[in-house]
Amino acid sequence: MVNRPQIQFDFVHADLGYGTHKVLSDINLSIEGGSVTCLIGPNGAGKTTLFKSILGFLPPISGKIQLNGKSIARFSSKELARYIAYVPQAHSTPFPYKVIDVVLFGRSAHLGYFNAPGRKDRMIAESNLDLLEIRHLAERSFSELSGGEQQLVIIARALTQETSFLIFDEPTSNLDYGNQIRVIQKIKSLRNQSIGILMATHSPDHAFMLSSQIIILDKGLAQTGNPDQTLTAATLKQTYGVEVQIFETPNGLSPARKICVPVIQ
Amino acid sequence: MKNSAILTIGLILLATLSIVSLSIGRYSIAPSDLYAYFFSVGHYDANLPVILLNIRLPRIIAAIAVGGALSIAGASYQGMFRNPMVSPDILGVTAGAGLGAALAILLSLPPIGIQLLSFAGGISAVLIAVSISKSIGKAHDVILVLVLSGMIISSLCGALLSMVKYVADPDDKLPAITYWLMGSLSAITMDDLYIVIPIILAGIIPLILISWQLNVLSFGDDEAKSLGINTFLLRILVIICASLITASIVSISGIIGWVGLIIPHITRMITGPNHRILLPASFLLGGIFLLLVDNLSRSVSSLEIPIGILTSIIGAPFFIFFLKKSKKSW
Repeated sequence: MVNRPQIQFDFVHADLGYGTHKVLSDINLSIEGGSVTCLIGPNGAGKTTLFKSILGFLPPISGKIQLNGKSIARFSSKELARYIAYVPQAHSTPFPYKVIDVVLFGRSAHLGYFNAPGRKDRMIAESNLDLLEIRHLAERSFSELSGGEQQLVIIARALTQETSFLIFDEPTSNLDYGNQIRVIQKIKSLRNQSIGILMATHSPDHAFMLSSQIIILDKGLAQTGNPDQTLTAATLKQTYGVEVQIFETPNGLSPARKICVPVIQ
Repeated sequence: MKNSAILTIGLILLATLSIVSLSIGRYSIAPSDLYAYFFSVGHYDANLPVILLNIRLPRIIAAIAVGGALSIAGASYQGMFRNPMVSPDILGVTAGAGLGAALAILLSLPPIGIQLLSFAGGISAVLIAVSISKSIGKAHDVILVLVLSGMIISSLCGALLSMVKYVADPDDKLPAITYWLMGSLSAITMDDLYIVIPIILAGIIPLILISWQLNVLSFGDDEAKSLGINTFLLRILVIICASLITASIVSISGIIGWVGLIIPHITRMITGPNHRILLPASFLLGGIFLLLVDNLSRSVSSLEIPIGILTSIIGAPFFIFFLKKSKKSW
């Protein structure tokens, strides 16, 4: 079993954005390892900005973002990549790399500057292909896979990074219904291995299925809470401007959870 | 095929071709004479040592060095720019080197002066392109800005080159400039190679060492960073190495087009995109290709055809053939 360091992110009065263009203001929140946090909000609300700030791509305009009490800016890419792995939406690459090669990219943070992955790295990569049940794709070309398969490969790559925290950027967008559910199932099983997860999603249902914390981004501000209490019909109406009703799943579906049903006139 | 097998086959092909090339040329050398000379048995033509050591050998080494180096620089740039359509002159190194050489010819500098000014022109063009892209800033896509800066510098150097040609004496200097720009291996001496080969190696070795990181870059800058790659340092290193290689090559051979674009392509169809094998294999294939073309250029007609012309004439159909043949995306 991988020994994963404990992890905690703190945003302290952080203004986030690009240069002088502020997207999110006065963000104060804590994200802990070992739990799932869902990030929701309308298009353009700043989900990507928040991610880029955590990953150190965008320095905060003011305030602080800390990882285990130390400012994110003081970590090198390599150090940060040992704490946080990023799962972007799968996209094509200009060159036809094999799936196993793509997964091995996850070892970069653990290699010396002039090294390539060795046998041990390969074993880690293969075990993660097994975990996601895509070992049979190992020798296929990444660019020839379906969107769902590519997404699983990118998740395997992130696991191969052996971090204690994963950031997912709308992992189910562009996937068919079955693959969406498969990916959510995988994320849930990761939670059970005490890996911390921050996931942007367009579906409030994902928060009901997975998360112990929710962050709602809207109009430049962030609101946090637990999904059952925070995600109400009123909040969703306010955030997305549409009518939604929230129900409990019928008796017999275990575990019980809430579901979100849009009202269509 | 395993990587080591590909490299071994490439090396054997290159070695065989080099030996065959020794006996090709205006002054034909019989294989039996070569054998007699190398193994010091029996008699051989008295002119043979001079022709081999002073003419053929430098020429063969030059062809391998030029073809290999341009190809490895092209392969690295294609990886770094994440674009298979990129060639080593993308940041203006060739245009700058051409301008430098033309200026040196205009000023009637000796051959070493032409080489130095050409090298300096190539490196300066890249430095200017990179600083333009830095001054434009981070608000735009870093790769797009780099490519555009390279285009700006290339076209500026092109305009200045036209001006140099315009004022050059049409009886002797203009033809010399035109001939230099066509590219040729015929003027390269062993002394040139002693200087240039260490510079090329100083560029190639770091590229081979960081080749695996180039793979990771193919998913884009942000993803590569999140995987722990220092993309800034990596990009600077690739630009420095590739510019050193290309500028030093162009300074001795003139402008030899196509090799740096098509050889990495064809190599990728054989080896796949992993730069760890792609870079050394590109060097070998580039060396083989240019040696073949050079053999043609000095044996097809009694007048030597400038190699820059032949690479394009042979390269174009060669490339079309490979593009048609490859089913995979590249």
